[in-house]
Amino acid sequence: MSPQALLSVKDLRVGFATEGGLLQAVGGVSFDLAAGEVLAIVGESGSGKSVTAQTILGLTRSPNARIEGSVRLRDAELLDAGEDELRKVRGERIGMVFQDPMTSFNPVYRVGAQIVEAIRAHRHDVSSQAANDRAVELLDSVGIPDAERRVDDYPHEFSGGMRQRAMIAMALSLEPEVLIADEPTTALDVTIQAQILRLLEGLNRERNLATILITHDLGVVAEVADRVMVMYAGRVVEEGTLDEIFYDPQHPYTWGLLGSLTRLDRPRPARLPQISGAPPSLLAPPTGCAFRPRCPHEFGKCAELPALEARLADAPSHCDRCWLSPERKREKRQVAGQIGLEAPA
Amino acid sequence: MARFVARRLAGMVLVLFVVSLLVFAIFNVIPNSDPAQRMAGKNAEPILVKSIEEDWGFDEPLPVQYWSMMEKVFSGELISYGDELNVDERILEGIPATFSLCIGAAVIWLFFGILFGYLSATRAGGWLDRALTVGSVAGISIPVFLIAAVLLYLFTYKIELFPASGYVPLLDDPLQWAYHLILPWFTLAVLNIGFYSRVLRSNMLDVMREDYVRTARAKGLDERRVLIRHVLRNSLIPVITLFGLDFGATIGGGAIITEAIFSLGGVGQYAADSITNLDLPPLMAITLFGAFFVVFFNAVTDVVYAYLDPRIRLGSSAQ
Repeated sequence: MSPQALLSVKDLRVGFATEGGLLQAVGGVSFDLAAGEVLAIVGESGSGKSVTAQTILGLTRSPNARIEGSVRLRDAELLDAGEDELRKVRGERIGMVFQDPMTSFNPVYRVGAQIVEAIRAHRHDVSSQAANDRAVELLDSVGIPDAERRVDDYPHEFSGGMRQRAMIAMALSLEPEVLIADEPTTALDVTIQAQILRLLEGLNRERNLATILITHDLGVVAEVADRVMVMYAGRVVEEGTLDEIFYDPQHPYTWGLLGSLTRLDRPRPARLPQISGAPPSLLAPPTGCAFRPRCPHEFGKCAELPALEARLADAPSHCDRCWLSPERKREKRQVAGQIGLEAPA
Repeated sequence: MARFVARRLAGMVLVLFVVSLLVFAIFNVIPNSDPAQRMAGKNAEPILVKSIEEDWGFDEPLPVQYWSMMEKVFSGELISYGDELNVDERILEGIPATFSLCIGAAVIWLFFGILFGYLSATRAGGWLDRALTVGSVAGISIPVFLIAAVLLYLFTYKIELFPASGYVPLLDDPLQWAYHLILPWFTLAVLNIGFYSRVLRSNMLDVMREDYVRTARAKGLDERRVLIRHVLRNSLIPVITLFGLDFGATIGGGAIITEAIFSLGGVGQYAADSITNLDLPPLMAITLFGAFFVVFFNAVTDVVYAYLDPRIRLGSSAQ
């Protein structure tokens, strides 16, 4: 754990016992998060990014879950912490925003009451009146117009964007050190997405808030992230700074993700490129590199799992899991003059 | 709200009209139901039957008979063909016993239904859940008369703990009132305890998977608060709806068997006796009485439902 790390995740493994066997949702994820840093975790559905995030707060705990590794918040280990201890971390030190603002508020309570509930769960001495004033202030700070009146609205009276703002206000109500935003913009319109990202970015700068942003949208990542972790089938396949990932991607899966972005500054392709095939079953993942079955550049060595390590002499923080040599990668990732993953023959 | 009430009242009049027509029609087509024949007795002279028909107006056309019966029901002048007593008065006499039985049973089934459902859902898969599941299914499957028989056998015959029958008015002696009603209450409640606990259990298991429950946990609420304020509160909405309908239906006829078995002398027992005697006037009045409560509690349920779930607004109050 680096000295300035606020949150440190080490070799996190999360499996779920199912009728079909053990489903390994997360197979050894490690990262450090410093104050004020925005770490984006990118990957498609089922890559283990949400499970990773929820496990940090102990939300995946269940009799069927097999959780190993370490999650440290400053000096406290969270993975084996008791429920009471964990409860004090949730909301108070780590705030969380979820994907779907439509369903993340309880429909039968007023928005303000739900924020008040979050505050009073941790600050028993705060009066309801004071907590309500705080809720108004928070809603106002995330840009809810007429917050004084809207605090008494029910969630269904808010628009999607307003609900996500309110969700962020609630997650920040106790001024946590870490904010985990699990696909915070996926359910929103593009214009609202931009507003929410702007809001997160501002909060991150103003409050020096460490943020984990989980998304499958590289466009979102490009807007706000400092560092990027690309996940595939429960493992990190590449990580680096925003520039490293966008301008010198090393893993074919990252090429595929970048290649499938629509860009206004490029000629419009006839058909949006996609990565062929589907993610592997987590019940019986392929041996070796998990991306192997979908990778056009697969060769003999891929049957062996490559370690996540720095493979470029000049970029020690840029790690990936691919056996190809950096020269071969730079050559193979060029598809029609830009970064992409060529279609399989 | 005014429009809602007006609409519901109109609906109620329509329902009562249709129900009364049905009862009247059925009564006039089932065999051996000719009231004049029955009043005259077996092997009566045709002339006697004829004179009874004229006295009671049975020779009038059916629509006229129907209309005159409706007039009498609502003016309180309806007379039974059997004992020739005033029907409405007899129903009013029976109301305290019927309401005591139904309200008490409702409190019991709601309390135990929610308790067992909550325990089952929060311990899903555990031994308590399994035991309660078996108990609920048994409660739902065993017919009321059998439950009554078993309870009577166990608690009035094997162990002489409770009285087997009779009703003591609440104001005469509250202790005796409750003492006499305990067996009937449980007899009537068992089915719904089983049913409600199953419904609540499955609702709660669904709600536990909702995003907002995860949100509640993520903001650091303790587990009990998550379960009660977020899971149970939301899971109760459909249960309360069900309760409104069931309670109306229980007063409106669901308690007949229980009342009759325990001789409580309520409206239900009056209904049971009138059916045996094919006595149309009380059957008509009791059916209307029952239908009224079913419709009434339907409307009450809608109001309560709108209160419990803010996403629902009664038609006119949204303006």
